[in-house]
Amino acid sequence: MHIVVCVKQVPDSGQIRVHPVTNTIMRQGVPTIINPYDLFSLEEALRLRDKHGGEVTVVTMGPPMADQALRKCLTFGADRAVLLTDRFFAGSDTLATSYALGQLIEKVSATWGAPDIIFCGKQTIDGDTAQVGPGIAKRLNLLQLTYVQKIEDFDFDKKEITVHRRAEGGIQVLKTKLPCLVTMLEGTNEMRRGTMADALRAARAGIITWSAADAGITNLALCGLKGSPTIVKKVFAPPARAEKAFQIEVADKSYEDICDALLGEVYKRQPALEQDMVKMAPGY
Amino acid sequence: MVEKPKAPAAGNSRANTKKELPEHLKAYKHIWVMLELERGVVHPVSWELMGEGRKLADKLKVDLCGVVLGAPGTTDGAVADCFGYGGDVCYVVEHPSLSDYRNEPYTKVMTELVNKYQPETLLLGATNLGRDLAGSVATTLLTGLTADCTELDVDAEGSLAATRPTFGGSLLCTIFTLNYRPQMATMRPRVASVPLLTPGRTGRVIRHDVSLPEEDIITKILAFLPDGTTNKSNLAYADIVVSGGLGMQNADNYQLVRDLAGVLGAEWGGSRPLVQKGWIPTDRQIGQTGKTIRPRLYIAAGISGAIQHRVGVEGADLIVAINTDKNAPIFDFAHVGIVADATKVLPALTETFRKRLALAATRSAAE
Amino acid sequence: MAEEKFDVIVVGAGPSGNACAYTLATRGLKVLQLERGEYPGSKNVQGAILYSDALEKLIPDFREDAPLERHIIEQRIWMMDDRSYCGAHYRSEDFNEEKPNRYTIIRAPFDKWFSKKVVAAGALVICETTVTELVRDAHDAVIGVRTDRDDSIIYADVVVLAEGVSGLVGTRAGLRSIPKPDTVALAVKEMHFMPSETIAARFNLQDDEGVVIETAGTITKGMTGTGFIYTNKECLSIGIGCLISDFTETSQTPYGLLEAFKNHPAVKPLLAGSEVKEYAAHMIPEGGYKAIPQLFGNGWVIVGDAGQFVNAVHREGSNLAMTTGRIAAETIFDLKSHGQPMTAGNLSMYKARLDDSFVMKDLKKYKNLPRTLENKHLFTTYPRLLSNAAQTYFRVDGVDKKSKENAIVKSFFTTRRVKGLLGDVLGMARAWR
Ligand SMILES: Cc1cc2nc3c(=O)[nH]c(=O)nc-3n(C[C@H](O)[C@H](O)[C@H](O)COP(=O)(O)OP(=O)(O)OC[C@H]3O[C@@H](n4cnc5c(N)ncnc54)[C@H](O)[C@@H]3O)c2cc1C
Ligand SMILES: Cc1cc2nc3c(=O)[nH]c(=O)nc-3n(C[C@H](O)[C@H](O)[C@H](O)COP(=O)(O)OP(=O)(O)OC[C@H]3O[C@@H](n4cnc5c(N)ncnc54)[C@H](O)[C@@H]3O)c2cc1C
Ligand SMILES: Nc1ncnc2c1ncn2[C@@H]1O[C@H](COP(=O)(O)O)[C@@H](O)[C@H]1O
Repeated sequence: MHIVVCVKQVPDSGQIRVHPVTNTIMRQGVPTIINPYDLFSLEEALRLRDKHGGEVTVVTMGPPMADQALRKCLTFGADRAVLLTDRFFAGSDTLATSYALGQLIEKVSATWGAPDIIFCGKQTIDGDTAQVGPGIAKRLNLLQLTYVQKIEDFDFDKKEITVHRRAEGGIQVLKTKLPCLVTMLEGTNEMRRGTMADALRAARAGIITWSAADAGITNLALCGLKGSPTIVKKVFAPPARAEKAFQIEVADKSYEDICDALLGEVYKRQPALEQDMVKMAPGY
Repeated sequence: MVEKPKAPAAGNSRANTKKELPEHLKAYKHIWVMLELERGVVHPVSWELMGEGRKLADKLKVDLCGVVLGAPGTTDGAVADCFGYGGDVCYVVEHPSLSDYRNEPYTKVMTELVNKYQPETLLLGATNLGRDLAGSVATTLLTGLTADCTELDVDAEGSLAATRPTFGGSLLCTIFTLNYRPQMATMRPRVASVPLLTPGRTGRVIRHDVSLPEEDIITKILAFLPDGTTNKSNLAYADIVVSGGLGMQNADNYQLVRDLAGVLGAEWGGSRPLVQKGWIPTDRQIGQTGKTIRPRLYIAAGISGAIQHRVGVEGADLIVAINTDKNAPIFDFAHVGIVADATKVLPALTETFRKRLALAATRSAAE
Repeated sequence: MAEEKFDVIVVGAGPSGNACAYTLATRGLKVLQLERGEYPGSKNVQGAILYSDALEKLIPDFREDAPLERHIIEQRIWMMDDRSYCGAHYRSEDFNEEKPNRYTIIRAPFDKWFSKKVVAAGALVICETTVTELVRDAHDAVIGVRTDRDDSIIYADVVVLAEGVSGLVGTRAGLRSIPKPDTVALAVKEMHFMPSETIAARFNLQDDEGVVIETAGTITKGMTGTGFIYTNKECLSIGIGCLISDFTETSQTPYGLLEAFKNHPAVKPLLAGSEVKEYAAHMIPEGGYKAIPQLFGNGWVIVGDAGQFVNAVHREGSNLAMTTGRIAAETIFDLKSHGQPMTAGNLSMYKARLDDSFVMKDLKKYKNLPRTLENKHLFTTYPRLLSNAAQTYFRVDGVDKKSKENAIVKSFFTTRRVKGLLGDVLGMARAWR
């Protein structure tokens, strides 16, 4: 079995600062991390591999320093890592990204065999679009299963997969054929630490680095800014919330009084809640 | 029956920042809203979008159109409401294979509709359904898609200006799709309000027939497990959420959070360290790497309000924070704060709510 | 897992570990370096001054690509009381030389850079891996390490403990005792960001020129310690540190000290308008010569802060770390290339070489200083006396100069008495000698 996992290196959003004057992101010195959502998918991929055999290839498109993220994936236990990096990809929106990654995965297939499953993260914490996964599926003519909470059944011989997919108001139990593209829901598993053997292997491994040409991408008009229909025209800081939280007086008051004051404040701000809460509350 | 993307919808020219719409796309007109009909109910975000779409349509002097997909005989209510919420036209596609959402048939039908009727703008909710579908449709049509918008507008030239948060909410950006059609966007639920319903308002219904042999659809729905029958958390969809952080001090005290949630019929959750300490299961984590919630009321006890937590809860209508540290960052985005020991406040709050709700219940029973 | 054996395992990727691993790897030994931080430098805090000499010996052309902030052209030493400072400044155009002698650096990028060199030299570097214990054979010789990644063992002929001041692995293995509270200082520091033009204007600098301010006095509230301000490209590092034993005695908090230091009327304007980005605390071994533990044994050596190699007087640490790391590596290489086993007897050559180097000579020179600095008058009485003296001297108020001088001299004698004064001066002189 061959599994491909798409991961992205993203700035750690907790440490991002916005330049007060130019309103641009100050990336300098902001540490990068693997998009946390991708780890749920990577872990699921590793579990499938451990159970059914085969290989996990992680791929990313990004700047040369994205090799750090890939090396970390190897430390977790992935078998192979490929970095697609080229200045032509700068400024890609989701459509251009899905094109580049689609082409990359085609090349990966040609080199190491067609994947039976491709995993993407639910979304990234910088782009936050959740569009690249479905985009890649379309580019590669694959079926997609997004927001998967659980892989219920995986029959490699029959090439069938059954999953629990998060939907409005409940869970869809879906069954489809391999190959397909899956995005895992957050919190569905926990990333393993990686053994010492994995760590040693990762430290020794080379990250396979491809340029656009190496990956066989010739139609550069579909890449980067050129291939991106969306245009970001304006970036600005959100208007700061004018005031801090309204503070309930606590000095010298009993907890009962404090809570009464709090309830008053809640119902004042959300008048509909008082009625609706009676309906929601389980019979008090 | 998945289709590969065909020729690009616009010329391969550089997506310039100037509007230079190719000739064949100039015919694209009107604003469409995908009405998410699932198991008989239309998701509220669709009506919120109708409200926003109406404003755009009025500015551009074009029609506002709803699009409903569903099993035969299930769409009538949605169609009526489409007009009631301000639609001029409603496109309806009924087919047994459309009874529940599945990516393959829905993508096929939506792209077919777009190619045939040529809307200038296609809006969907940023729900799981909307995002799953929009990504496939936009890639098939090779057009631009702006995700999870919080504001929609048109500029002087009539182009859609879609504003959305990026980088975990620390910035906003306004995005255009100038030279490709349709312009697509998904909008975050609950940022706009549902417009007033005008019962009896009518409009034009356009029914579209499709050929969708079920045997061509590879993905099958084996079952639907409604929330409530599973004991998994339903945090993302809950109206009220009570959560605790490290300020609860130990796993035993965390029970106070669940007690309050129990009285309120609310969901319970917590910050990431609680998951790491094993006080609560993984699917109860709220925040950037946990659940994003958008409840009407969020009560945070003993949570400092780190940015990773903040981005997951900011969408709540009302945030109440209980923290002993008056400088805790959570008070920067909470609406109501109490500087006090959460382990003392929570039991008192549970009692107060219990009494208040019991009283209200007897009163409403008496009426 | 298949058993892995290396020539050397280096625990820690700070300056000492990097210097050691780099030296060994460039000479072709099979080296594994383990670092518990997410990346080298992620756990490291430093003021920070880099002394070129120690690094030059390893990487002569380091100036080409190392992330250096500013080269230092001016040193200020301030004796502060609550409202004043009195000090000496030395600035020289000579420091604008082709190969400057001292630089300010920021540890995170610097350590990352250094580690890249180590990797390029051929060492295997694995981060996010904590060494939990040393593994010994039946004769108690160290033969490898255990880490927090599953319980497999990795073997090596010799383990280099470059684990920094806390030195848990060495301590746990009984190779050294826990450093005593009066031999370790706790330093806290912040990075204050501001445009480089602002820094240039406030410190009278051009281009990459930099200033170092070292301070002592009442800012440490009577405790043994010092404060510092270093100019980086786009930020100032400001910090203050005192002996842990003093903190426990006085119930002062490090952060409280730093706040007071930042609000000192002479310091506040330097920081005005800055954005604070990073707050960090770290320990510095200050026990000096007498606190140095046993440095080698069968299958192990200790380098850097873990061996208490810090010259507290001159605020040198990273250079001693790099030098000890290098000398340990050279010793190991020499033994290895002569086919000699890594026994305590053979590794004693490391200590002998250190004794011959500036490292031990300097530390020996100041071996009594730590005790002298425990004299609290240095941090309370003297700064005030000095400040009063200066003020009396400089204020023009109709009092004749002779009387002023007399008053100053008298103030010293009445406050500290002849015996105390003499004792302090002699103690200081002896410690310095
Ligand atoms: C990549 C990444 C992703 C992350 N994702 C998430 C995420 O999804 N969700 C998340 O929550 N965190 C996440 N974090 C962690 C986040 O940065 C914070 O560390 C975490 O949210 C802090 O949890 P806390 O508020 O419970 O604990 P603390 O920060 O320790 O805060 C405890 C608070 O309780 C208060 N307190 C103490 N005692 C009491 C008392 N008796 N009564 C009332 N108040 C009291 C204290 O004043 C303090 O403010 C992430 C971090 C990273 C690096
Ligand atoms: C505030 C401050 C200011 C300073 N200013 C200066 C200055 O201006 N100039 C100067 O020359 N010196 C200065 N020093 C001293 C200097 O920082 C140290 O002497 C130097 O860093 C010592 O290097 P080291 O490699 O021995 O230890 P460290 O730099 O502490 O590195 C030890 C490394 O080992 C890792 N480690 C520890 N235990 C384990 C384990 N069990 N498994 C795996 N990895 C482990 C740690 O994560 C760390 O990366 C300053 C120190 C401080 C605290
Ligand atoms: N540059 C990239 N390289 C590899 N994978 C990516 C990249 N961008 C997005 N992805 C994948 O697509 C998912 C969704 O991303 P997004 O649409 O940006 O929210 C991510 O979680 C990744 O799995």
